[in-house]
Amino acid sequence: MIGLNHYLIISVALFSLGIMAVFTRKNAVNVLMGVELILNSANINLVAFSRYSSGNLDGQIFAIFVIVVAAAEAAVALAIVLSMYRIIKTVNLDRANTLKG
Amino acid sequence: MDNNLLAQIVFYAFAATTVGSAAVVVFARSLIRSAFALLFTFFGVAGLYAFLGADFLAATQMVIYVGGILVLLLFGVMLTHKLYDMNLKSETYQFWPALIVVLAVFAVLATVMLRTRWHTGSGAVAAPTTAAIGELLMNDYILPFEVASILLLIALIGAAMIVRRRSE
Repeated sequence: MIGLNHYLIISVALFSLGIMAVFTRKNAVNVLMGVELILNSANINLVAFSRYSSGNLDGQIFAIFVIVVAAAEAAVALAIVLSMYRIIKTVNLDRANTLKG
Repeated sequence: MDNNLLAQIVFYAFAATTVGSAAVVVFARSLIRSAFALLFTFFGVAGLYAFLGADFLAATQMVIYVGGILVLLLFGVMLTHKLYDMNLKSETYQFWPALIVVLAVFAVLATVMLRTRWHTGSGAVAAPTTAAIGELLMNDYILPFEVASILLLIALIGAAMIVRRRSE
């Protein structure tokens, strides 16, 4: 029988893979992919608790807001990445060590 | 009983798709391969939402993540690399220390998740959730809804401001 724990374990696995991407990658776009994995794992938790624990829709509403914030975050982050590529000609995060534009 | 078995098979297929392609995202050498594996991860998560009875969220996941964020990420990959050298490598650094830390985090989180006695209550919500979500957004959550719309407007203007070409 599929229960709450199954979803929690999937969510933990996604979260771990997401921080693995953030730790080991130096390409800014790849780090962003890891952040998206982390946000998705949080969303799975919210929806799973909404289904199994609370029995109402509040968790799904929160998940919708997380998706909205993720969309805004991806747009702004990619704008910053493109701007960084135009200025220092690389997306290696170690090279982005100055605040001067 | 047969139906239940079929549901379990489908669930594990979605779970394997999600976690397996997320592993490809993290460990693949090629950026393009990571981006396309992310497509299958989002698809698997949408399937899990459908399994949880969140039909509106599953559709939203498909539209926003697959149709929006993934395309945006692919634009990011394409615009920040020269298209002539199609290798698009992305190296991994400090692999083994990171793997040890991540496995420790996974072990701690999984132990906490499994050993906590979660409050499991009152059954499922009714299956077509779209109308109920719309009513909640327009009644109880009207202020966060409006704030989210302003946030999206700010993100739109801010992104355009950051990438614009300065003319001077």
